[in-house]
Amino acid sequence: MKTIYKRPLSLTSNTTIFCPGCGHGIVQRVVAEVIDELGIREKTVGVAPVGCSVLSYDYFNLDCSESAHGRAPAVATGIKRSLPGRIVFTYQGDGDLAAIGTAEIVHAAARSENITVVFVNNAVYGMTKGQLAPTSLIGQKTTTTKRGRTAEANGYPIRVCELLAALEGSIYLERTTIGSVPEIIRTKRAIKKAFTCQMEGKGFSLVEVLANCPTNWKMTVPESFRWINEVMTVTFPPGVYKDKTAFDTESEKKEGTPGK
Amino acid sequence: MRKVLLSGCEASAEGALAAGCRFYAGYPITPQNRFPEYMSERMPEEGGVFIQAESEISAINMVYGAAAAGMRAMTSSASPGISLKQEGISYLAGAELPAVIVNMNRAGPGLGDVTPSQSDYFQSTRGGGHGDYRTIVLAPWSVQEIYEFTYKAFDLADKYRTPVIVHSDGVTAQIMESVDLHLHRKRLPEKKWALTGCRERLPNSVRSLALTPGVLETHNWALAGKYRKISLRETRHSKYMCDDANLLVVSFGTCARICHDAILMARAAGIKAGLFRPVTLWPFPYEELAKLAGKAKKIFVVEMNMGQMIDDVKIAVKNNIRIFFYGRPGGGVPSSEEIFREIKKI
Repeated sequence: MKTIYKRPLSLTSNTTIFCPGCGHGIVQRVVAEVIDELGIREKTVGVAPVGCSVLSYDYFNLDCSESAHGRAPAVATGIKRSLPGRIVFTYQGDGDLAAIGTAEIVHAAARSENITVVFVNNAVYGMTKGQLAPTSLIGQKTTTTKRGRTAEANGYPIRVCELLAALEGSIYLERTTIGSVPEIIRTKRAIKKAFTCQMEGKGFSLVEVLANCPTNWKMTVPESFRWINEVMTVTFPPGVYKDKTAFDTESEKKEGTPGK
Repeated sequence: MRKVLLSGCEASAEGALAAGCRFYAGYPITPQNRFPEYMSERMPEEGGVFIQAESEISAINMVYGAAAAGMRAMTSSASPGISLKQEGISYLAGAELPAVIVNMNRAGPGLGDVTPSQSDYFQSTRGGGHGDYRTIVLAPWSVQEIYEFTYKAFDLADKYRTPVIVHSDGVTAQIMESVDLHLHRKRLPEKKWALTGCRERLPNSVRSLALTPGVLETHNWALAGKYRKISLRETRHSKYMCDDANLLVVSFGTCARICHDAILMARAAGIKAGLFRPVTLWPFPYEELAKLAGKAKKIFVVEMNMGQMIDDVKIAVKNNIRIFFYGRPGGGVPSSEEIFREIKKI
C-alpha cells in the first residue's frame, strides 16, 4: 500500500496541549513538512518565545531554544551569527512579535539577519486567555476590551508585513492564511520560499500566517475559519509584501531590478 | 611577557579574547563605551562576532543565543543597562547557559550619574532578576585583575553552566595601567548540550520553562546544589597585613585599593589596621572573614554606596564584633587620606 500521509520527521510524536481546533497544529506541521522537504532538519535550530509558541520545542523534532517574551529574533541572531552554516528560524505569535518584541523584530529585519520568521497572527493573546493583542481588530472583543477594541481607547492594529516592508533589510515578506486548504498550500509555499531565501544567504524573511484561536475568539472551529477569511483578511490582506529573493547583489537589491 | 598600556575596558576585552570568547553584543552606555568600541575592532581581527544591538535587552538575548549555540559569549554595560539585562540573566541562569556579563558600575538610582560607584552590589549578589538563582560575581581592583578575572569568568561560566558577572566600576573601566597579557586558552570545553543541529544525535533543547508539576522544584533544587558546590570551591578573598590587625578594614574593588593606601598611612601612624578584600562577592568569603574577625577588635566596612556589602559582613561575624561603616553613595570616590581620617576616629 502506498503511504500518502504521515507525520513529518521534523515533528515529534508528542501530543500537543493546544486547544481543540487551534491553528498552531496546522502551521507547525507545514513548517515541519518544509524542513523535511528541504532536507535541513539536522542543521536547523528553532527559537520559540513566550506564548503558545513556546511549546514548539516539544513538537519540533530538531534543536530548539526557548526565548524570553519577544526576544526570539535577538536569540536567533546570536545563534545564526555563531553558526552561519545552520538554518535558524523563530516561531512567534502576535503579542510576542508585534507588542513586547517590536524592537527585536524591526532591528533583525533592519540588519537583514539571515533568519526566517514564522509569525502566527491570531489577533489575540492565546496563552493568557484572550487579552487585546497588537493585531486585534477594531471592534474585536477581548478580555481587556469587553465592548470591543476602539481606536480611541486602544489604538489601531499593527500590520507587520506592511511595517517591515519599509525596511531595506527585509528580503522576503508574505502574508498568508490557514483559512482554507488552498490557503494552507499557499502558506507552505511561502514558508518554503522563506527558508530557501535563508539557505541562499539572501537575508531576512518573514511569513505572517493568519491563524485561528477558536477558544479565545469564542467561536466554533468552522466559525473561526470563516472569521479568518471574511473578517481578518480585510484588515490584514494576504499577499507578497516584499520579494527581493531574485536579486543577487547588493546593488540589485537597492535598485530593485533583478539580474538575469 | 607582553606588557601593554590598557584601560580597564580594553583589558577586560583582551581577557575575554584570550579566554576564547568570540561573540560580543553590547550597547553604548557611559562609562564603558570603550568596551564596544574596542570589541568592534578586536573581535573581527580574531574571527569573532561583534554586534551593536538595538538595546541592552537585545544584547543579552543575542548572548543567550550565542551561548546556546556553544560559543563563549559576553556583553558589557553599566548599571542602568545592567538593570535591563536582568531578564536575560535570569533566563541564562534558568536555562543553565554559560555567559559573562561585565558591569562597570556607575551611580544610581535611576539615571543617576556616570561617576563610579559600587551601588549594584545587592543586584549582583542577590540574583538581580526574578527567581531563585545566583550568579558568580568577581570584583577586580586593578586593570591587570580585570584582564585576569574576565578570562577566569569564562572558565567558571563553562564549568558550572551559569552566568558570571565581573563587577567593576567606572574607575577601573577608564584608568589606564600596564597589563601583562600572559593568558591564552588553547582548548575550549566540549558542549554536547549546545544547539548545533541534531546531526547523528537526538535533538537538544535549551529551556527554563517547566510546566509539569514538580519539575521546576526538582530543577531548582539541582540549581541549589550547584550553587552550594560553587560556594565550597570558588570562594576567593585576599588580605593584607591582617595577621596582627586590631582593626579589620573590609572593602572590595576600587574602594579596597584606596583602603590599601589608607592602611599604609595608618600603619605608619602606629595603628594596627589590615585589609580584608572579598574577591568573589558571591560566593562571599563568610568563613574566612569570621576567622579573622575572631582576632580583630573592630571591623570597618568601606564602600562606594550607602552600605550594601556590610550586610554580608554582618552575616559573617554574627554580632560578635563592633562594625563601623563609611560610605560614599551617588558617585563619590573617597581618597585614601579621607579613609585614613575615618580610621583615626574609630
